[in-house]
Amino acid sequence: MFKFILKRVIEAIPTLLVLITVSFFLMRFAPGSPFSSERELPPQVMQNINAKYGLDKPVFEQYTTYLTNVLQGDLGPSFKYQDFTVNELVVAALPVSAKIGAFAFIFALVCGVAIGTIAALKQNTWLDYGLMSTSMLGIVMPSFVLAPVLIYIFSIGLGWFPAGGWFDGSLKYMVLPVLGMAMMYVATFARITRGSMIETLNSNFIRTARAKGLSFSYIVLRHALKPAMLPVVSYMGPAFVGIITGSVVIETIFGLPGIGKLFVNAAFNRDYSLVMGITILIGLLFIVFNAIVDILLAYVDPKIRY
Amino acid sequence: MNKNKITKALLVSLGLTFSATSFNAIAADVPAGTKLAAKQELVKGNGSEVASIDPHKTQGVPESNVILDLLEGLVTQDAEGNTIPGVAESWETTDNKTFTFHLRKNAKWSNGDPVTAHDFVYSFQRAVDPATASPYSWYLDMTTMLNASDIIAGKKDKSTLGVKAIDDYTFEVKLATPVPYFVMMMGHTTMMPVHQATVEKYGEQWTKPENFVGNGAFVMSKWVVNERIEMTPNKYYWDNDKTVLTKVTYLPLENYVAEMNRFLAGEIDMTYDVPNEHFKRLKKEHAESLAIKGDLCTYYYSLNTHKPPFDDLRVRKAVSYAVDRDVIAKFLLGKGEKPAYGLTPEIVAHFDPVLPPYAKLTQKERNAEAKKLLEEAGYNAANPLKFSLLYNTSENHKKLAVAIGSMWKKTLGVEVTLENQEWKTYLETKNQGNFQAARASWCGDYNEASTFTSLMEGNNTTGGVHYKSAEYDKLTEQAILSTSEEERQKLYYAQEALLAKDMPIIPIYQYVKARLLNPHVGGYAHHNAEDKNYSKNMYIIAD
Repeated sequence: MFKFILKRVIEAIPTLLVLITVSFFLMRFAPGSPFSSERELPPQVMQNINAKYGLDKPVFEQYTTYLTNVLQGDLGPSFKYQDFTVNELVVAALPVSAKIGAFAFIFALVCGVAIGTIAALKQNTWLDYGLMSTSMLGIVMPSFVLAPVLIYIFSIGLGWFPAGGWFDGSLKYMVLPVLGMAMMYVATFARITRGSMIETLNSNFIRTARAKGLSFSYIVLRHALKPAMLPVVSYMGPAFVGIITGSVVIETIFGLPGIGKLFVNAAFNRDYSLVMGITILIGLLFIVFNAIVDILLAYVDPKIRY
Repeated sequence: MNKNKITKALLVSLGLTFSATSFNAIAADVPAGTKLAAKQELVKGNGSEVASIDPHKTQGVPESNVILDLLEGLVTQDAEGNTIPGVAESWETTDNKTFTFHLRKNAKWSNGDPVTAHDFVYSFQRAVDPATASPYSWYLDMTTMLNASDIIAGKKDKSTLGVKAIDDYTFEVKLATPVPYFVMMMGHTTMMPVHQATVEKYGEQWTKPENFVGNGAFVMSKWVVNERIEMTPNKYYWDNDKTVLTKVTYLPLENYVAEMNRFLAGEIDMTYDVPNEHFKRLKKEHAESLAIKGDLCTYYYSLNTHKPPFDDLRVRKAVSYAVDRDVIAKFLLGKGEKPAYGLTPEIVAHFDPVLPPYAKLTQKERNAEAKKLLEEAGYNAANPLKFSLLYNTSENHKKLAVAIGSMWKKTLGVEVTLENQEWKTYLETKNQGNFQAARASWCGDYNEASTFTSLMEGNNTTGGVHYKSAEYDKLTEQAILSTSEEERQKLYYAQEALLAKDMPIIPIYQYVKARLLNPHVGGYAHHNAEDKNYSKNMYIIAD
């Protein structure tokens, strides 16, 4: 296992380096600058700003300077949010997305697996059709439709939950964003679980278990659930990263200070350093979560060993 | 005190007198008989997240809204938009070139330090210092403050700026040319003072809530980027006794539908804007909560006079005449916007231009004239005029572009290609002149026509560079040197007339500022054209 982790760490270094290099140059070659505005700044003023942020230096020199700073853990000052460094912004925003994301993820996983299992066991009954068509609705209804509907019903209509805000993550502010974010993943997890469970239940070793006269619930919990979870576990990595980084819609609608909104705004504002900082962070998250998923897979599937 | 007659006339016409005692009414003035709510907390929607609260690093409206509560300049504004004393109790000038401001002795920073003339010397020098790299440093150049231009260009030291502390409470500014509206320009965010010791001690970190020292009516107590900024009253503020609110919260909400929903859920008292597509419904269902006022902005299409087909005056005129501005203002927008026939909106103080000849024609007559001009320029059904119209990606701009495109098609048979680009890409394309026609707009920095007319000067890289008219620039020079208010206005009118004659832009409509305002909010500046809503003037009425 130690060897496996070490291998993953060594593999991650060139991946990150490529990621940093490609996104650095892509960002610099995108039209527009962090400081362009409706009324174009006089050349002298622009020159002062470029000098202050080192943008007057050759691009390659900017790149090496940036890389040196990143290696020391310094992601630089934000070009747009000038009172903050990228480190400060990311440190403040990540826990927000992570907290909402973790709640949404757990909710989606538990509900999704439960719904999927029930549907598989009651295959081709009205319950199965009902659950699966509802989950289809969950998949096709994007969060930018679902979230305003939730707000309309539970905030404006019933007044049960606030329509937005974070307030350091107090529970009542989290209910609607978590629901809005989780629904799509509940549905996806349910469909994956159902398919995989049906396949597992039809496999030879389950038939053997049945022939041995074991009770059906014992077979499902003891023998079927673990192998049926393989595709679910594989999907967990991308789902978690997707929930955190794809949270921009929910964050915008509910006015949450998370990383998704920060990332999208940074790209629109051409906030070079902030875009880079979050890109590196997301890259790291992807690598870490894929590694965790691989370890989980090894635990679930005896055929995989590192 | 030998006050200049023109300045006096200007200030008197702005409803001012020079005695300090008559300025008492600048904090929240609650009308007699108003019952105040027990909880005096106000929540304002503020568009996007602020780029900074350092007045020398910002250029946007959301930033300005926040800063005006945290810092106070020499002058401020009342609810009607008149310039009134801020830190300066009074001022005088003999020639509109040297201004002497007398600061009030009870003005204090939020740490108890007195606000002195030295603070303004430091702050103005900091604004033009190349090391500060203020995006709005050009604003000081625009006031013609002595040596500002050379300091920004790095040719002179910042200590040579035309500012001087004669004593602790007397501040003098020297300009290169007379600017009669100079005092009014001092209300801009860039002209706010900063606390030298704090800035020097904390460097870039001085704006953090725990370090921040300001001289405005409020101090920042909490700042969560992309969520909210909270403020509480500054107990050292010289007029703090009149501040009614105990807490002000600014929420950065870019999505106006989300903002509207939070207003409807009772979480926001005052929104930044209203989503256009919901306006009609809101007007029907929440008429009591809609606050609409004129805004100091103009929406227009810029025509590139250096490129075909718009290097031909006849073509520029034809496409301008064929735009039915009444239909756009009344039916497409419908919030109370007015058709525009000039760059400077009518709401600008003392600005009352004669409408250009084409504005006085009916749309039918204009269309006929447009057809005639286009035919003269050699375009007809066999050889239709073709060009592309650039705009930044937005539903509202698209709606307008489609409507105007179809007006052109219907009246003139023009084939227009609509080209939308994301904001920063659009800015680059436009600023580099890679366009034929492009959407644009401008909102004034101060309430005087020059904030608009300067846009079309030949050296202005945003507007005038695509126009470059020696005649127009000459009028600007004359206006700057003019010492008579009346004469200056006439020169502005002449500039507008020239724009109508040369048609480098198609003025389309004059903005209104529409927002949702909870009826329990008192002290809202219903008639402030610059939309400056100082929280110190606001209060919550008991339901």
